[in-house]
Amino acid sequence: MSAGRVVAVIPAYNEEGAIGKLVDEIRDCDQELDVVVLDDCSTDGTAEVAEAHGAIVLRLPFNVGIGGAVQTGFRYALEQDYERAVRLDGDGQHDPRELSKLLAPIERGEADLVIGSRFVEANGSYRPPFARRLGIRVFARLVSLLGGQNVTDTTSGFLALDRAGIELFAREYPHDYPEVEATLVALRSGLRLRQVQVEMRERETGTSSITFVRSLYYIVKVMLALLVASLRRYPRIEVAR
Amino acid sequence: MTPFRVSLVGVIASVLLILIVLELVRGRRLKERYALLWLATGVVLLVLSAWRGGLNTIAGWLGVTSYPPAVLFAVATLFILLVLLHYSTVISRLTDENVDLAQRVALLEQRMRVVEGEDAGRVESPSVSSS
Repeated sequence: MSAGRVVAVIPAYNEEGAIGKLVDEIRDCDQELDVVVLDDCSTDGTAEVAEAHGAIVLRLPFNVGIGGAVQTGFRYALEQDYERAVRLDGDGQHDPRELSKLLAPIERGEADLVIGSRFVEANGSYRPPFARRLGIRVFARLVSLLGGQNVTDTTSGFLALDRAGIELFAREYPHDYPEVEATLVALRSGLRLRQVQVEMRERETGTSSITFVRSLYYIVKVMLALLVASLRRYPRIEVAR
Repeated sequence: MTPFRVSLVGVIASVLLILIVLELVRGRRLKERYALLWLATGVVLLVLSAWRGGLNTIAGWLGVTSYPPAVLFAVATLFILLVLLHYSTVISRLTDENVDLAQRVALLEQRMRVVEGEDAGRVESPSVSSS
């Protein structure tokens, strides 16, 4: 198969301070990449800024949460027949210079889903606070156990997909706090998962969507979702290889 | 044995419930599919309230010896839980459908802007349209 078209899917909620620079950076790294920004009903100028920087902007009519927003991007990728998709956070935490690393295993036909992990190498520079590190470890172990493959970073959100992955996530993507569950769904649907070491940046503007109060809900919700997802049947994705 | 007044109040309350639900359906303020569980609740409570011997027998089976009307409360609570659970599934489905619609709107709006852009280009530069 030829190189194929690649789309960058970026969910953004009130990220007017970061989104323009991010779109430019992606363009600088790869001219061929189409950039789609999912504006999750921001109250600031996120959509206008993204559009001014040359991104395709899809505007959700009301706030559907990050999972619902990202899935809109995958649905767009499916509709527009993109061969590959990458997903980056709208706050600039994911460095577009790492994209080629993420796409490489897919271009070689070795994986359907590549996750940019902060913990593949033990000496990676990312050292989160203790509670957060514990949470990340617990989820990673749980997904590894239930999915039958070792996963080191389930909350990264920095990923690349081939056509099979786009088809799966356009149809089946959890709506709130989606990253952990989506990883398990991918494994249980038979996608070939690879991880590559990436560095992440500190967010420059805006605030993280996960406040301290919500973290308890987050943990319980994700735990329940993982339990249910491992009891559910998912259609095996037929990958044209 | 159930006190007569308890049975009377039970009958009146269940008949009221049934009548209110029927009136809501008649006025199209409640869909038939969501009225069915409420009607079942009303009918079961009506039967258990009116049929005093039956309530006694059932209370005996369940080991409720001192005060048979407690079974009435238990059954009512059970049905309320059923109704609530049913509505939770309805809300979940509506939420999913809602998100699906929002996503479609976003996709369609973008496509519409692209099409309108093409149309505008055609009008402004007549050399493009040869027809």
